[in-house]
Amino acid sequence: MQEPAITSELIESHGLSPAEYDRILEIMGRVPTYTELGIFSAMWNEHCSYKSSKKWLRTLPTEGPQVICGPGENAGIVDIGDGQCVVFKMESHNHPSYIEPYQGAATGVGGILRDVFTMGARPIAAMNSLSFGEPAHHKTTQLVNGVVEGVGGYGNCFGVPCVGGEVRFHPAYNGNCLVNAFAAGLADTDKIFYSAASGIGMPVVYLGAKTGRDGVGGATMASAEFDDTIEEKRPTVQVGDPFTEKRLMEATLELMGTGAVISIQDMGAAGLTCSAVEMGDKGGLGVKLNLEDVPQREENMTAYEMMLSESQERMLMVLNPELEAEARAVFVKWDLDFAIVGETIAEDRFLILHNGEVKADLPLATLAGSAPEYDRPWVPTPAAEPLTDADVPTIDPIDGLKGLISSPNYAGKQWVYEQYDTTVMGDTARRPGVGSGLIRVHGTEKMLAFTSDVTPRYVKANPTEGGKQAVAEAYRNLTAVGAKPLATTDNLNFGNPEKPEIMGQFVGALDGIGQAVAALDMPIVSGNVSLYNETDGQGILPTPTIGAVGLVAAGEEPIIGEARDGHVALLIGDTLGHLGQSALLAEVFNREDGDAPAVDLDAEKRNGDFVRNNRDYIKVCTDLSDGGLALAAFELAEAGGVGVQIDASDTPTLFGEDQARYLVACNFDQAEALMLAAGQAGVTLTTVGKFGGDTVKIGGSEAPLAELSEIFRSSFAATVA
Amino acid sequence: MKAAVVVFPGSNCDRDLAVAFEQAGFDVSMVWHKDSALPEGVDIVGVPGGFSYGDYLRCGAIAAQSPICKAVVEHANRGGYALGVCNGFQVLTETGVLPGALLRNAGLKYICRTVDLKVATSDSVFTEGYNAGDVIGIPIAHHDGNYFADADTVAQLQDQDRVAFTYADNPNGSIADIAGILSENRKVLGMMPHPERAADEGHGGTDGVAVFRALMGIVATA
Repeated sequence: MQEPAITSELIESHGLSPAEYDRILEIMGRVPTYTELGIFSAMWNEHCSYKSSKKWLRTLPTEGPQVICGPGENAGIVDIGDGQCVVFKMESHNHPSYIEPYQGAATGVGGILRDVFTMGARPIAAMNSLSFGEPAHHKTTQLVNGVVEGVGGYGNCFGVPCVGGEVRFHPAYNGNCLVNAFAAGLADTDKIFYSAASGIGMPVVYLGAKTGRDGVGGATMASAEFDDTIEEKRPTVQVGDPFTEKRLMEATLELMGTGAVISIQDMGAAGLTCSAVEMGDKGGLGVKLNLEDVPQREENMTAYEMMLSESQERMLMVLNPELEAEARAVFVKWDLDFAIVGETIAEDRFLILHNGEVKADLPLATLAGSAPEYDRPWVPTPAAEPLTDADVPTIDPIDGLKGLISSPNYAGKQWVYEQYDTTVMGDTARRPGVGSGLIRVHGTEKMLAFTSDVTPRYVKANPTEGGKQAVAEAYRNLTAVGAKPLATTDNLNFGNPEKPEIMGQFVGALDGIGQAVAALDMPIVSGNVSLYNETDGQGILPTPTIGAVGLVAAGEEPIIGEARDGHVALLIGDTLGHLGQSALLAEVFNREDGDAPAVDLDAEKRNGDFVRNNRDYIKVCTDLSDGGLALAAFELAEAGGVGVQIDASDTPTLFGEDQARYLVACNFDQAEALMLAAGQAGVTLTTVGKFGGDTVKIGGSEAPLAELSEIFRSSFAATVA
Repeated sequence: MKAAVVVFPGSNCDRDLAVAFEQAGFDVSMVWHKDSALPEGVDIVGVPGGFSYGDYLRCGAIAAQSPICKAVVEHANRGGYALGVCNGFQVLTETGVLPGALLRNAGLKYICRTVDLKVATSDSVFTEGYNAGDVIGIPIAHHDGNYFADADTVAQLQDQDRVAFTYADNPNGSIADIAGILSENRKVLGMMPHPERAADEGHGGTDGVAVFRALMGIVATA
């Protein structure tokens, strides 16, 4: 088959700028072949190269005594004691999910699970953070239904419990939904697998599903030459097969037990290209591939197509040749492909042969290490105007509460998480719903807590405080179940980085995130950047999703009790009544003005330590965030099936979103003990009301719990299902 | 006492079921779907939840044709005990060991939540630890749990007291609210809810334990 000639149109359709193409010519010393051009475009696109974000990502704190492996591998690894570790990451699948919600979301889940088990960890928990356009937008219902079904369809079949996540709606996501998938796995610290190849002449083995044309270069579809030669166009969204993924996971973990694996890498974005280059580069070796040996699902596939295919459920491995028979037997057992497709070589070359013909011959280290890196111009986000006294609204407390819980943003999300298997594996100690999910570490007394958080309104108004707040809220959610926060993964979703204002949001948010993870000792160990989330020039709200993991050590009780009749309601932390950018303003008054609440990281640490250190007295706890005291009190009451009375009646006290606060329900003896402890710790602790009866009474206003509960439980489905 | 848990390539509750059997005191072995025989001396076979062979066709249809299922059917025909949970129930109906079929949920969505089950009979090795009429909380997690059988079969199940559990508030459209049924000799139970997910304190409920404990007592004394 004749390969297309390299023209300026072809270069442009590969997303390469003229300057980037000049750099390719410089590296190659000749015009690249068609396949080589495809490989460069795959390695140098924003998704794979982080060319706009790398400079700023380097500033994030990534180290700590608990960190075994920080960013750069498939997922981050954190020590949880007793020779065990938790392996986790969060990754976006935004654009595919907007085009094809079911498969886009499903393959997003598949990709993140693969990242985790590639490192030798069995996935034990999943979460997903979803952002959709306004409920009334014509695409929203279809996207919500498709994405939720896709997440469930993949994860339920694979067999990993979903323990948490977020679902939000805002018009800024009308043309660009966000699907951020998180997965965590469990491994023994002495059985972790990395991607760096070692040894010369070692077989490179292809594992898993066959390669098809799915996902091959959306960028190249535009070129006429390509249209003339391709048999048929395929959608650029890949199709997921969770049954194959499940088998691939089992086979991979079993294979690792044989000792045959020298290094291993999953095939994600830009499939065979990225995985082979990564393994060679990290090991300081070259790689030679014979493409005719690649298991193929379709006929007459070209080198270009095979190198750029994003078919799912595939892995690449460097094999210890002495154990080939054992390794092959594992894959035969699981009815998966196992094919030796190449070898490691001493020279710094990425050599691609197809039926003996050289299709690409590139300097591997340069290809991996010379991706462009941009210091994009940026402007700081202008300081937001704080609310003046005249801007502060007043509302009847129950009306305000009803306004929140009837909105799909703050209504109960049962409709979503009941479509996910939350109890498979038999170790779920706390399902999604309120705050962090909890999973027992199988066969031990330890538990891991998981949460994902961000308040995009805050980040837009004030990127630095908003970045801090996302981390602080994650810290509080982990703390509220009695877990010690360990580490963080960040999924940074922003608009077009070529716009200085957008880049300014990115820079500001990373500054805040960096400060917070340093102060709260929860370093970033993995993450993902998704830029260009724009439609018709309209960017999304800046959405740096924070996924965080905490540990409840053996012998420690998790805090998972429910409020009961007779409990006192105690508020930990200082209430200033900050209503700027609050949920109340957004949902009830349709206003997005004011500044984000300030985050005092010392207060966060102090109050968080107080909760954990006093778990003998704290059995029921939730953090305060969106909707402030009023929503937190209602949520505790709703979960416990008991009424609540809150004494305050003024809007800022009830709905203000000051940070570093928790609401506790406890008996009088516990309250007394906590008062003493708070005095000693310098923590503000106030009695704000009590639980009991069957009504929700706030200030002078009240409503039956059953009525509010019905609104809370039905509004989500009524609005978007 | 010996239990064997079948492992299909897409089983994902095999470990959970094995743990529940072990906690009840069974000696458990895992049996691969390509094997054509059960281990010697097995008292009960567990067919676990999951997606046996992906279930892209009718759930359990391919699994029913697997080598191990032939052995499971022979075991049941010989009067051996068997417990099929969720996908395992689907598999047992596909093999014909139990009557009826599991259709897509009436609401067309996957449902995962804890539901109230009514114990319809205590007259079986699986339900002897309960009283008929007890209401127990057991998690469900399925897309295709809508039990269906023709009217004669349903009448027969009811007449022979072979409905083991019914839903207190039918979540999936199952005919006659049926959540679990027994074989004619009462030694095979198929049920959509997961008793192994309500089997220790950490699960937030232990209402499922009796399924395994009663079984252990009875198998041990049989």
